[in-house]
Amino acid sequence: MSVQNLNTFDPFADEADPRGNPRGNSQDVGSQQDYIHIRIQQRNGRKTLTTLQGLPKEYDAKKLLKAFKKEFACNGTLVEDEAMGQVIQLQGDQRTKISTFLTEEGIPRTTIKLHGF
Amino acid sequence: MASEEPLFDPSLKKRSKKKQVAFSEDPLGADADPTTPAPIIDDTTTNGDAVDLGPKTVHEQMKQNGVGAGADEDVLEPKESKEEDDFKAMFGDLKKKKKKKEIPLDLGDDASGTSTPTTTAPAAALATDDLDFSDLKKKKKSSKKKGAAFDLEAFEKELNQSKAKESTLAGDEDEDVVPTGEHLDDIDEAELGDDIFDRGEAPAGVDTGSEPWLGSDRDYTYPELLSRFYGSLHASNPSLLTSSGKRYTIAPPSIHREGNKKSIFANISDICKRMHRQPEHVIQYLFAELGTTGSVDGSGRLVIRGRFQQKQIENVLRRYIVEYVTCKTCKSPDTLLTKENRIFFMACESCGSRRSVNAVKTGFQAQVGKRSRNRVG
Repeated sequence: MSVQNLNTFDPFADEADPRGNPRGNSQDVGSQQDYIHIRIQQRNGRKTLTTLQGLPKEYDAKKLLKAFKKEFACNGTLVEDEAMGQVIQLQGDQRTKISTFLTEEGIPRTTIKLHGF
Repeated sequence: MASEEPLFDPSLKKRSKKKQVAFSEDPLGADADPTTPAPIIDDTTTNGDAVDLGPKTVHEQMKQNGVGAGADEDVLEPKESKEEDDFKAMFGDLKKKKKKKEIPLDLGDDASGTSTPTTTAPAAALATDDLDFSDLKKKKKSSKKKGAAFDLEAFEKELNQSKAKESTLAGDEDEDVVPTGEHLDDIDEAELGDDIFDRGEAPAGVDTGSEPWLGSDRDYTYPELLSRFYGSLHASNPSLLTSSGKRYTIAPPSIHREGNKKSIFANISDICKRMHRQPEHVIQYLFAELGTTGSVDGSGRLVIRGRFQQKQIENVLRRYIVEYVTCKTCKSPDTLLTKENRIFFMACESCGSRRSVNAVKTGFQAQVGKRSRNRVG
């Protein structure tokens, strides 16, 4: 005997965890997109900082960072943020380079969001 | 940028030409969100930045040329008359009358265009019966009488060769002429064909009559039909051409440097008023995008931490307009942003559409500067 109404139903069953940590997931409910955000920040003088946030879980951030550093000839680090999860931080303005790198690796351009001026 | 462009092209293909131009103009070309149908805004170009975007839709072409579309068709026409022959040849196999058709075609090619044989038939009809030559049913009668008019016909042919050009009334009449010489039974077939053509030409008759397919039995091409549609649309709504031409313009942001590390955005309140947006919302977006902080000073100017140039602010504003000002449906900038239950809704004043927009979100902020300063603040 199966009464459909009495079944328990998990409305988020098919909701994929975007970046692996539960907090990030709960924060992202409601915003329909899991974009990869590429941002820039100004430091002192002409120095800048590029951050890559929202990388899908299936990519290894550490290896990606290593590839970035080698490819762009810059230094960088992996930052663990409470709210945003893992964030790759690179020195200098690497935004366009990152986006081309990612698109060449097969990430659709629609999921990449470039911020900044 | 240049190296990137080929990369973008595949995804850009679907978008309109104008858009592409707008983005190539954008130093941050990659940022444009391809999911959103970006409107065409030259918001800031009052300072002579203007790029000639060229025509993109037929609508705009018409706007550009005024009535020029008709001229284009005229230009096309000689080519089409050649095509006509091809079309006839192509369709020849499909229809019963084909064999007869090919014969008159040859004649036509010999004698400066298809028109010569066609005109002989109606002319002969005129000569014999004084019939109106556009009336095809009567023509059938006339063609039956052709036996009598035969020598007349030959005479007329010569006459028409000298006259050369009358309107090209297609191969319909040709069929009438040639078969009459051979079998009277064939006329019935030809007649059926005429009826078909009659229907085909009927809509053209309704219109101005300038359509290039009028003279032939070929199919219309899509661009022709499209321009015909816009022709009739603008004929019935003349206001369309004038009213929709205005651009959405906004004064360029005036950015000054204050000291070494701060920029002042002087006319932000002016721009916000123009966009019908709360300055707070705009400022929030600016700070989120630029990854900085700042404050509003006493005279309503925005002080942004960091060095920014006018061009950079302009780009951010442009993206703001795309995302939060222009209607995604009709691209009108005449929209209202309201907040309900912590969700922003954008309602279009001109088309009435309503959609929710993403809240402005500040992403990850890296630690910049001294940590000790942060702890105190």
